[in-house]
Amino acid sequence: MKIQCRNLGKSFPNQNGTIHALQGVTFTVVEQEFLCIVGPSGCGKTTLLELIAGLQAPTQGAIRFDDEKDAGGSRPVMVFQNHGLFPWMTVLENVAFGLEMQGVRRKERHGKVHDFIERFGLSEFADVYPHVLSGGMQQRVGIARAFLSNADVLLLDEPFGSLDAQSRTLLQEELLRIWGDQKKLVIHVTHDIEESLLLGDRVLVMTGRPGSIRKDMQVPIQRPRTMESRNQSDFLELKRHIWELLEEEVRENLRIKK
Amino acid sequence: MPACFAALLCWELAGARGLISSLFFPVPSAIFKKLIEMAYSGLLVDQLEITVLRLLIGMFFGGGIGLILGLMMGWSNRLRSALDPLVALLHPIPKIAVFPLIMVIFGIGEVSKVVLISLAAFFPMVINAMAGVRQIHPVYFKVARNYGAKPAQVFRKVVLPGSIPSVLAGVRIATNTALVLTIAVELLASDRGLGAMIWMAWETLRMSELYVGILVAALLGIGFNVLFWICMHRLVPWNPANDA
Repeated sequence: MKIQCRNLGKSFPNQNGTIHALQGVTFTVVEQEFLCIVGPSGCGKTTLLELIAGLQAPTQGAIRFDDEKDAGGSRPVMVFQNHGLFPWMTVLENVAFGLEMQGVRRKERHGKVHDFIERFGLSEFADVYPHVLSGGMQQRVGIARAFLSNADVLLLDEPFGSLDAQSRTLLQEELLRIWGDQKKLVIHVTHDIEESLLLGDRVLVMTGRPGSIRKDMQVPIQRPRTMESRNQSDFLELKRHIWELLEEEVRENLRIKK
Repeated sequence: MPACFAALLCWELAGARGLISSLFFPVPSAIFKKLIEMAYSGLLVDQLEITVLRLLIGMFFGGGIGLILGLMMGWSNRLRSALDPLVALLHPIPKIAVFPLIMVIFGIGEVSKVVLISLAAFFPMVINAMAGVRQIHPVYFKVARNYGAKPAQVFRKVVLPGSIPSVLAGVRIATNTALVLTIAVELLASDRGLGAMIWMAWETLRMSELYVGILVAALLGIGFNVLFWICMHRLVPWNPANDA
């Protein structure tokens, strides 16, 4: 599976005319690649993911999916920042939702899910409703649901954005571990520069509205990456470089003069 | 609860000492005796059955149509913009005022009564079902679509469960409103049912019977409300409000 975005643009009409959320976004992601997208808030990162997920149609350009296996093209699955779990379904039912929609029978479905959430250490929470779980646990369930679906492409929309720093660190490591097992194509949107460098094979840095790609860079840091990687000199060098790219826009957003 | 008992006790004592007229305000013990008497004679059960039946038939048609239409209106923007003005226009009309017109159309028999009761049940139901679907966070529709849910699956997995709390509230309001209208049409134009019983007791000045009627109507209302409270806990185990 390979995704090619060519000259993507998206604009919305509003009271004062037109909002250009995205403009001229061109990039390619290849099979099993972990791509991170960082950018200032409001740069259309979420919109970009929703375009790829097919939840919105681009007003310009096109997205091409090249499926080498030609496996009927299972659509990309998205993990939302918040609210992604159905409050009226138990953890088990939520994780099983993707399989259910693919028509997998109940018995087989639940067998698979049980195995899967066992690996996530969520077994004892299989029959509870999401509202009793912490934010971090809820997001793990959301990620488990996405990984269990047969999709080749996962789109993560700031999945750790609302978590505390400690939970975030552990969930990042867990995400890397699962991805190491399953090797799906992942596009991960974040505003956290360190996170993008820790997780991504490649980082796309976006500009503010209308969002476009400022820089497309490889992350040459060896895997497996851990907490320690954050202190390596090449990691710090990249981090500083991305920050320089973003700083001006963030300042402008916050109206902080240099 | 203690306040209720205290009030009843005062009433009883005041009646026994002749401070209030026992003709118009029979003491609680006399009302209770009458209640037992009427329950045993089967008279009360007959009247109650008729009232409950009218209420349930009204709920079935009015509430049922309201539920289905409300869910569809909540789901489809097109249907909502087409029908919402009409609902908003008709809803505030006091239904009892239309009763003569309904009798002109449907005759003076049972049908008119059921039509009016259905009408009373319809509006709270349609409005609550619609609101119930509307308040479902859009992300759930996105998730369902993202995982490839077809419209029927979206309905079963998102629209229906997501709107249940509001729908149940609608059922409760609809039942209360329908009960009011049931008693009202029975007072107005029926010789059977709790309302008719109350009215006849009043006309013949059989006051304890009048109070029995009021008491049973009140208990009916309270009973339905308790039933919904139980349903809410059973059907919406995921509601965080239940944990409190």
